[in-house]
Amino acid sequence: MGRSLKKGPFVDPKLLRRVEAMNQTGRREAMQTWHRSCTIVPEFIGHTFMVHNGKMFHKVFVTEDMVGHKLGEFSPTRVFRGHTMARAKEAAATT
Amino acid sequence: MPRVAGVDIPNEKRIDVALTYIYGIGPFSAKAICKEAQIEPGARAKNLTEDELGRIIGILDRTYVIEGQLRRRISADIGRLRDIGCYRGMRHRRGLPVRGQRTRTNARTRKGPRKTVAGKKGVKEMH
Repeated sequence: MGRSLKKGPFVDPKLLRRVEAMNQTGRREAMQTWHRSCTIVPEFIGHTFMVHNGKMFHKVFVTEDMVGHKLGEFSPTRVFRGHTMARAKEAAATT
Repeated sequence: MPRVAGVDIPNEKRIDVALTYIYGIGPFSAKAICKEAQIEPGARAKNLTEDELGRIIGILDRTYVIEGQLRRRISADIGRLRDIGCYRGMRHRRGLPVRGQRTRTNARTRKGPRKTVAGKKGVKEMH
């Protein structure tokens, strides 16, 4: 189910404050954040976020196309290194 | 036979059904079109007058995205998801289900025919 329009998009207030402060001063620096569920709003364009994925921070540079998505969508939480059989075959092919 | 929306030639069926042969028009919008054009949904497509056809085409042009245009829009939307590097885009690139379905079993529509791996336990033996 979608979110109620009445509330508007969820944007973490602290993060938004930091971005707005940076927009005022024109400073651009990466912000570490754990707020994966924070919606990307137009103010974020051009900023870089370090989005936590549960283990480390992924660098996410926000472009215009990303508006409306959540920060977490750009920081994958799972690593797929292939299946054992595929890896064995690959190793055999390279040697 | 009447021609609507370029190449689509709906046949001898009721117009509300015939219109669903257009890519992007389902039963719901087909009925809505009939209503707006003030055409009986049960009328056969071949019996429509020029004027009635003109009304349908006018409505399609004004309010619906159909056929090639719709196909292009959909692939552009997927292309955007791929380019921005988000989770959904990644799933499209990998050819895996995009909306959180399980992939341990099933998901054959996205993954294509089974690629059997020797020595791998089947679904029935997995407990």
